[in-house]
Amino acid sequence: MYVYADNAATTSVSKTALEAMLPYFTEEYGNASSLHTPGQRAAEALLKARETVAKAINADAREIYFTGGGSEADNQAILTGAVLGARKGKKHIISTAFEHHAVLHTLEKLEKEGYEVTLLPVHENGVVTAQDVAAAIREDTALVTIMMVNNEIGTVQPIAEIGAVCRERGVLFHTDAVQAVGHLPVDVKALNVDMLSMAGHKFHGPKGVGALYARKGVAVANVIEGGQQERGKRGGTENIPAIVGMAAALEEATANLDHDMAYVTGLREKLIEGLSKIPHSRLNGDREKRNPGTVNFCFEGIEGEGLLLWLDAKGVAASSGSACTSGSLDPSHVLLALGLPHEIAHGSLRLSVDAWNTEEEIDHILQAVPEVVDYLRDMSPVWDELERGVTPHLI
Amino acid sequence: MALYSETVMDHFQHPRNVGEMEDADGIGEVGNAVCGDIMRMYIKVDNGIITDVKFKTFGCGSAIASSSMATEMIKGKPIEEALELSNKAVAQALDGLPAHKLHCSVLAEEAVRAAVKDYYDKNHIAYDPAMFGCDSCAHEHDHAPDGE
Repeated sequence: MYVYADNAATTSVSKTALEAMLPYFTEEYGNASSLHTPGQRAAEALLKARETVAKAINADAREIYFTGGGSEADNQAILTGAVLGARKGKKHIISTAFEHHAVLHTLEKLEKEGYEVTLLPVHENGVVTAQDVAAAIREDTALVTIMMVNNEIGTVQPIAEIGAVCRERGVLFHTDAVQAVGHLPVDVKALNVDMLSMAGHKFHGPKGVGALYARKGVAVANVIEGGQQERGKRGGTENIPAIVGMAAALEEATANLDHDMAYVTGLREKLIEGLSKIPHSRLNGDREKRNPGTVNFCFEGIEGEGLLLWLDAKGVAASSGSACTSGSLDPSHVLLALGLPHEIAHGSLRLSVDAWNTEEEIDHILQAVPEVVDYLRDMSPVWDELERGVTPHLI
Repeated sequence: MALYSETVMDHFQHPRNVGEMEDADGIGEVGNAVCGDIMRMYIKVDNGIITDVKFKTFGCGSAIASSSMATEMIKGKPIEEALELSNKAVAQALDGLPAHKLHCSVLAEEAVRAAVKDYYDKNHIAYDPAMFGCDSCAHEHDHAPDGE
């Protein structure tokens, strides 16, 4: 048995999405900007997809801008906030220390261009509060950007409350909802957001396509200059097959949302209960304020990469906050943001399941993980010292 | 997995000489948990020959594989030869390591040297301290072989 438990990284394209896409590679290959019939048929497909995506998040079709993925949508939203703020002399941006790099690196770039960025510290449970945001807002705050669901640990942020604070203070608010859309109810009006990012491949749509929601009245800034596509806000011929596929996947995910949330939450709880039995392990992030499918554990005395390689060999695809996999030697910035010491943060495991996973697969994971943890601990000098009491256990 | 060579995966999944040694003549430990790698190497020495080696490693796949390979490369060898073991030789024996993992082979080289130094110290064998100058955090070293 090989279990794919890395759905927060990416998902398989669903049959519905694939079938919706296929005609747009061959028969329906028109350019949506062309005046002829094939072009106009492509334009119709584009409009229909826009309406579908808008409906899924309770927005208007004119508020949806298709992008080349979640990162591009994040870049565009932040740039929009920066440009609009600068026009009023406001150059302060608030975010959190555990955002996705699409956000953090965009903010670093803006800092070099003279913007001031406040990264809110994250509470130990992996959540920031509306009070934290309220306290950080200044006269010159141009934008608040806070993710809805953290990609590594799965904690859900109080977006509606943060949005209410931003509205009251007249500050533009963006949320990176890449890990939320298709997995949790996302209603842009209820959430009080001005901008929201999503990515198709996180909910069984194709890769390389995403969308930015920008509330009517928010003048979106361009990241890619070009033609009049996306109402002049994103140049480049639209990727119609991918856009159609993302819309079909989102429609499907939204229709099944209530059922899937309950089912996936059940799988997640079973995972948490099973993994908690491993001695000196800890669940990272709030137990309750968590999206349905993401579980992140630290196991003391071992390093994450070895865990992942062994799990792969035993038939479990997982991921780690461990740096080793990302080409950097630093442990996860997310786990460090929670206040975990480096030596603990090195031994983390993220399992992200969704409605495509089964109970039997969870059983397989729960058999494999303790075996691998035991094996690696057995050859770990760190574990050796912890067990002999030379150094104290931190978990 | 394309990240590592087959040799690395073999040594990671079937590490040679893993374990502890009750009556070790020299024990070397390098790295630290904050950096994410710790290697502890035990050697048994008889008549100037390293007759047995064991290791324990906390670290990523290439750290475990580098430790394993280094133990194979020094087992049965005279101490002087073990001291000549370079990180480059370990990485080459593993059929290469990704550039950002080369520090693991450096750590293996340093673990061997630390074990030998401990053996010298315990047995009051005189040596040139300059031989063991290299005991700082392995990550800061630039031991990258050419072309990687």
